[in-house]
Amino acid sequence: MAVPTDRPAGRDHRAARTLATRFLGYATLVFFGLVFLYPFVIQIGNSLKTESDAAANPLSPFPDPLSLAGFERIFAGTNFPLWLGNSLLVTVLVTLGRVFFDSLAGYALARLRFRGRGGLFAAVIAVMAVPGVVLLIPKFLVLNQLGIYNSYAGLVVPLLADAAGVFIMKQFFESIPVSVEEAARIDGASIFRTFWSVVLPMAKPALITLTILSFQGSWNEFPHSLVSVQDPDLFTLPRGLADLVSGSLGSGTQYPLKLGAALLATIPVAIIFVVFQRYFVRDANDGSDKG
Amino acid sequence: MATETLTAASTAPGTSPRRRRGGTRGNENLAGWLFVAPVIVILGLFLLLPILMALWVSLTDWNGQGSPFTGDVPFVGAHNYTQLFTEDGLARRDFMTSIRNNMYYVAIVVPAQTVLALGLALVVNNRMLKGKSFFRSAFYFPSVTSSVAISVVFLFLFANSGAVNALLGFLGIDGPEWFADSRGLLHLLFGAVGVDSPPAALADGGPFGLTWWDWLAGPSVAMISIITLVVWTTSGTFMLMFLAGLQNVPVALDEASTLDGASRWQRFRHVTLPMIRPTTFLVLTLGLIGSWQVFDQVYVMSQGDPAKTTVTPAYLSYRTAFRDFDYGSGAAISFVLFLIIIVLTLIQRRALAERDTDRPRRGWRRRRVPERS
Repeated sequence: MAVPTDRPAGRDHRAARTLATRFLGYATLVFFGLVFLYPFVIQIGNSLKTESDAAANPLSPFPDPLSLAGFERIFAGTNFPLWLGNSLLVTVLVTLGRVFFDSLAGYALARLRFRGRGGLFAAVIAVMAVPGVVLLIPKFLVLNQLGIYNSYAGLVVPLLADAAGVFIMKQFFESIPVSVEEAARIDGASIFRTFWSVVLPMAKPALITLTILSFQGSWNEFPHSLVSVQDPDLFTLPRGLADLVSGSLGSGTQYPLKLGAALLATIPVAIIFVVFQRYFVRDANDGSDKG
Repeated sequence: MATETLTAASTAPGTSPRRRRGGTRGNENLAGWLFVAPVIVILGLFLLLPILMALWVSLTDWNGQGSPFTGDVPFVGAHNYTQLFTEDGLARRDFMTSIRNNMYYVAIVVPAQTVLALGLALVVNNRMLKGKSFFRSAFYFPSVTSSVAISVVFLFLFANSGAVNALLGFLGIDGPEWFADSRGLLHLLFGAVGVDSPPAALADGGPFGLTWWDWLAGPSVAMISIITLVVWTTSGTFMLMFLAGLQNVPVALDEASTLDGASRWQRFRHVTLPMIRPTTFLVLTLGLIGSWQVFDQVYVMSQGDPAKTTVTPAYLSYRTAFRDFDYGSGAAISFVLFLIIIVLTLIQRRALAERDTDRPRRGWRRRRVPERS
């Protein structure tokens, strides 16, 4: 933003300056709004173009003529439906697993007094710092050794729990008052029973956050599928997309098709983003506390 | 459970229900371990154990055939590591090139995304503007999309006849062939002032097997397109962090300084910026840590080409192992990268811990909730 440095000389001056500031503010917002959204507009527009139209007018969002050829070929000429099915399966299983296992562990670390809890939690924090990209070769080695390389098990099982999710759940459980569960325990409910019927229902916001994060994370997950499977029948959407781009299509650039496939892969996350936006925002702000 | 109730009741006098002892304690011990068992098994089996296995493989010449844990696999000691640093050869040249590429990448991505994120946060935080939540979402949306899908879009944007070159065309600029252009940005700058070939002093000799001229290439044109993509996708997340930080700046303070006659720049420089310093530090270090991990975008957009100018250590380790079947070398590169990232992480955690030494809780907690309470 431009920064006028002169001091206001009077009321008119100040009003004019406010107006100018406001105008500049909106101009900045609109400019960056375009910068951040127009690529998606281009993506949608060009996925509906013919290949020559996309090459000639890449900036225009309006297809001329409108062509569904790209989308037809996505479903007829690629394994897209298969990738979609695999992605759905992996995402559902991973999300269920993470929500259940992470909240179990988070609850134990927050509430149950057991030997080794402190050390375990320190380990969870340490694990959170391990960068995913250095695990590519290690993961391949262990999947290979366990005999589940190139299988659905290899695609799903390693992702069933994550340290960040445990951390989120633990933080949340610590924030709810302990009195309710104590009442349940005194009434004779077992620990698991208390957790399942008393504590979990109170943890709905955290569970929704974790569900959304797990869904988004596993839907978009790419490097893991790269090192856990190689059979094209086991490709998830990101893996299949990457394969399309690296030239499995044969001749031509086929941008309408690629953009269309990428668009279809983006839609589920986009819907969830629009509906559950405040949970995404909360996550990013948690990140600022996370360190 | 009945016994549990009895125990709790019999020890109740004098103890708060929080501190039940005896049977309950034993129960909790068992339950605690049962509750964390699935996570321990999964993380242990697919995170800790594989790291140890890879550490072993990095000391061997395993080529992907059979199991790496038999006597048939040649043990080479630290050779996979030394060839990255001390032995002249292709392995070291490639590794050092990847380090160079990533250093330039970090040098542009981290400042760019930090400044952009702060700028966006300041605009979105402006009390006078309406419709901010829409724009906040718009700026953040790229962060939640699939890195692969977004890379596909940017491949199209930066294609030879793509949107970026069309835009440049409007401005009368003849855009480059982004993904075929291996020229370094600094080399282009040198060229602009008449230095087209390396001066003798830079042409031969230089640390780690690359000439000074090679080290000074700057990010390639192809790398610039990847940098653009990354800055574009990550700024939204960091903007949200800055927004959270800005919310901690008391309105009264801002108003007081206005009354004192501070200009907007002075207010930003002497009030806002010092108040959000913790957030800025966090964004900078998270950016530093994250930008050594760039992989997906390289894989989808350039596969390390052209002329290896977009190879990063993460991508190099992948390619060395899974394309050249030199798993030992690939694993060694992973561990060097691991070390770089861990050092950055430790520096960050140490600094954050020192910042909050006045907090009563234990280390990790202090660092994690300082802005909250």
